[in-house]
Amino acid sequence: MGIVSPGFQGRRRTSGPALPPGQYLTEDFPVLSAGPTPKVPLDGWEFVLSTETGAEFRWTWPELIGLPQEAPTVDIHCVTRWSKLGTRWQGVSLDTLLDGVDTTARYALVHSYGGYTTNLPLDDLRGGRAWVVHTYDGGPLSAEHGGPARLLVPHLYFWKSAKWVHGVRLLVDDRPGFWETAGYHDYGDPWREQRYQGD
Amino acid sequence: MTDMSYLDGNMLDGPLREVFAVDLSAATGRCQSCGMVGPMARLRVYSHAPGLVGRCPSCAEVMLRLVRAPDRAWLDLRGATFLEVPMPLDRPWAG
Repeated sequence: MGIVSPGFQGRRRTSGPALPPGQYLTEDFPVLSAGPTPKVPLDGWEFVLSTETGAEFRWTWPELIGLPQEAPTVDIHCVTRWSKLGTRWQGVSLDTLLDGVDTTARYALVHSYGGYTTNLPLDDLRGGRAWVVHTYDGGPLSAEHGGPARLLVPHLYFWKSAKWVHGVRLLVDDRPGFWETAGYHDYGDPWREQRYQGD
Repeated sequence: MTDMSYLDGNMLDGPLREVFAVDLSAATGRCQSCGMVGPMARLRVYSHAPGLVGRCPSCAEVMLRLVRAPDRAWLDLRGATFLEVPMPLDRPWAG
């Protein structure tokens, strides 16, 4: 695993529209939150990966920082219709965290400090498309944007990129998360405009 | 033999229309998480989000979520074990 994800192709699509349908471009970084911002001290932080058999894999903050780091630059698309292009992050690929984890699960339920959850297919956490990021635009990720660490899954609507990420549960059956149980789409592909259930 | 002990859900339309038409900010709710009973107007509502999230002022757990799509809405009250709604006095004996 290299320092920079080798599969990453750059921040702009070379063809096709720059923005998914129904989105507008923003230059700032809106803060969205479904609750109070949790304060997570680094010396108590951990990331927990659990499988469908109950096996658990844990990383402390120093252990996370000690893993191979990647620096994705990606476009992000919020379901509230703003998109931000070329955002710069640093963190650890889920490929790295899932390496050596024995599972036949097809789904993942991401959970956060503060109680937030979101679901997605496990395949979408693989293939150089998802990271646990701790650095944004060259500095530590602020708490309002999900620090100390958040999930980054930029090919799906940004509510899937859970702030204050605490872990991932690998599941045999899909289990809808916080917004997915309140009308939002289980997958959430911005290019297919999958905002709500049934879209 | 036909089970006559229940009615079709359509019969709820009238009674629920009466309840949902009231000013909910005047309603009282019970938090499913901590049991606090208080006015819904005291919920802490997070609105910079994909929907509205109403949290208990006592324990901060979610009591209400409301998501609005252009043509649909979802109301999730699982975090509230009841809503007590003020109603016009029903006096069938009057008049």
